[in-house]
Amino acid sequence: MNPTTHAIRTGIGRGWTEFMLSLKSPQDQGFYLFTSAGVLIYLFLNRNDVIEGTTLTYPTVALPSILGGLLVFSLVIGPAYALAMEREDGTLLRAKAVPRGLIGHVTGHILLNTLSLIPSFLVILIPGAFLFDNMMQNGLRGWATVVWVVLLGLLATLPIGIVIGSLVPGVQKVGTWGMLPIIILLAISGIFSPIQGLWGWAQTVSQVFPMYWVGIGMRSAFLPDAAAAIEIGESWRTVETALVLGAWAVAGAFIAPIVLRRMARRQSGSQVEAAREQAMQWVR
Amino acid sequence: MRYGDVDVLDGVEFNVHRGEVVTLLGPNGAGKTTTIEVLEGFRVPSGGAISVLGADPAHADENWRARVGVVLQSWRDHARWSPRGLLTHLGRYYEPYSTPERPRPYDVEQLIALVGIEEQAEQKIRTLSGGQRRRLDVAVGIIGRPELLFLDEPTAGFDPQARREFHDIVHRLSDLEDTTILLTTHDLDEAEKLADRILILAGGRIVADGSADQLARQVTRESQVRWSRDGEQFVHATPDAIGFVRTLLGQHDDIADLEVRRATLEDTYIAMVQQHETGHPAQAATAFEEIKP
Repeated sequence: MNPTTHAIRTGIGRGWTEFMLSLKSPQDQGFYLFTSAGVLIYLFLNRNDVIEGTTLTYPTVALPSILGGLLVFSLVIGPAYALAMEREDGTLLRAKAVPRGLIGHVTGHILLNTLSLIPSFLVILIPGAFLFDNMMQNGLRGWATVVWVVLLGLLATLPIGIVIGSLVPGVQKVGTWGMLPIIILLAISGIFSPIQGLWGWAQTVSQVFPMYWVGIGMRSAFLPDAAAAIEIGESWRTVETALVLGAWAVAGAFIAPIVLRRMARRQSGSQVEAAREQAMQWVR
Repeated sequence: MRYGDVDVLDGVEFNVHRGEVVTLLGPNGAGKTTTIEVLEGFRVPSGGAISVLGADPAHADENWRARVGVVLQSWRDHARWSPRGLLTHLGRYYEPYSTPERPRPYDVEQLIALVGIEEQAEQKIRTLSGGQRRRLDVAVGIIGRPELLFLDEPTAGFDPQARREFHDIVHRLSDLEDTTILLTTHDLDEAEKLADRILILAGGRIVADGSADQLARQVTRESQVRWSRDGEQFVHATPDAIGFVRTLLGQHDDIADLEVRRATLEDTYIAMVQQHETGHPAQAATAFEEIKP
């Protein structure tokens, strides 16, 4: 029995258990329902708007973009909060105290975050199918595109969440270092309105980060080919999407383990204790 | 070991033998947790040589990790999990390290019974009381059937009943499993009850090392003799209490309320703790100086 493979297998079990616990948790159920209701109400209110130069309605275009935005948001903020909290409550230290526990722990995180995309997509897609016509216009080919965009988007963004969670000084700082940048990116990445309406520099910035590319990838999956006319260069830029997301994935695969290991090395009981005391001290 | 410019541990030298239960005793802030974290491999010392189960803990591999159990001061992780689920999951990590003489991991049901959380085994961990939570922590610490177990302040926050039950667990582990145990406490009474050997840590140094009996004998060179005569109270300190009392009784036949009392280990320890807490750790360290053999 190879101990590393064994640890990964144990971690898969961990991810599955965490996923099941999350499905049963009223807190997580509430989060799914809240995002679902928010997105659907927003789209429903704008259901009669037609996108300029096309016959497509606003929800048809925005829904795939929003799924992309949701993916990036969950995969960055989710692990960032989780890791920051686990540093304070001793979960990471627990993983460190068992042989090859960190390998299993990270495996569990990756699986949990991947699986969690299923309910968060379904709570939007299923009611969306009833509320809006012609959501998916490319049939099976479109769903295949969804799969690769989601997987590549996952590899590109999850490491960012891990890095933020490892570097932030405490849970309270995830807002500043995780939430704020993500919300800014959400605003400039063509999720809610076409990117061409923005200043030139904002367009450049947003095309550096995965959010824009996951969004356009999702639109290319759901919308007819003619709708590419609304994009920059009137193209889905599929090759560029794969390249940018791939580059982030490769960079993440190199950087995240280093940052994570460095952070884990500093974990000790007294550090957990100190973090807790600091967390309780809201006023400084 | 130093923090910034302050050496917090200096000259901490000791050996722990296989199967021994050793207590690291000292007031809060004496360096107990730092010492144990260095030994656990969770903290890299600034200097010195350390060998735990034949390896330097700071650079030991995962095979070494499998032989060591760790119970930290406080944990509040895995709030949504059940004790049974968590123990089963964490136990799985130890499977590749099982040997015929030390099957790993421990059987989960047996372990749940050993620490006495059968009734809570399916509850969510966040609903456990402090004492139940601590027992779960101990169970997690020994799930891999460790050869060496570190317990940092294991009974902090226990009521007397929970404390007694915990002491039973420690005895059972060391008797049945031949587990070497190093635990920290600031409670002398606990150290005396649990340990084969007590190391007293003060001012970042080991100031005493021996069994409770040995330490007691070291500090009790002098005895206090109290008596009254004609309604008057007398006290006399002497290394030879028996000789003194014999002479005393030979000289007077109206001695009353005779009492011979040895300075106890507790007296000496409490004196040391007091000095430590009033901000004189260096002097505290010398409280045991004169009693070294």
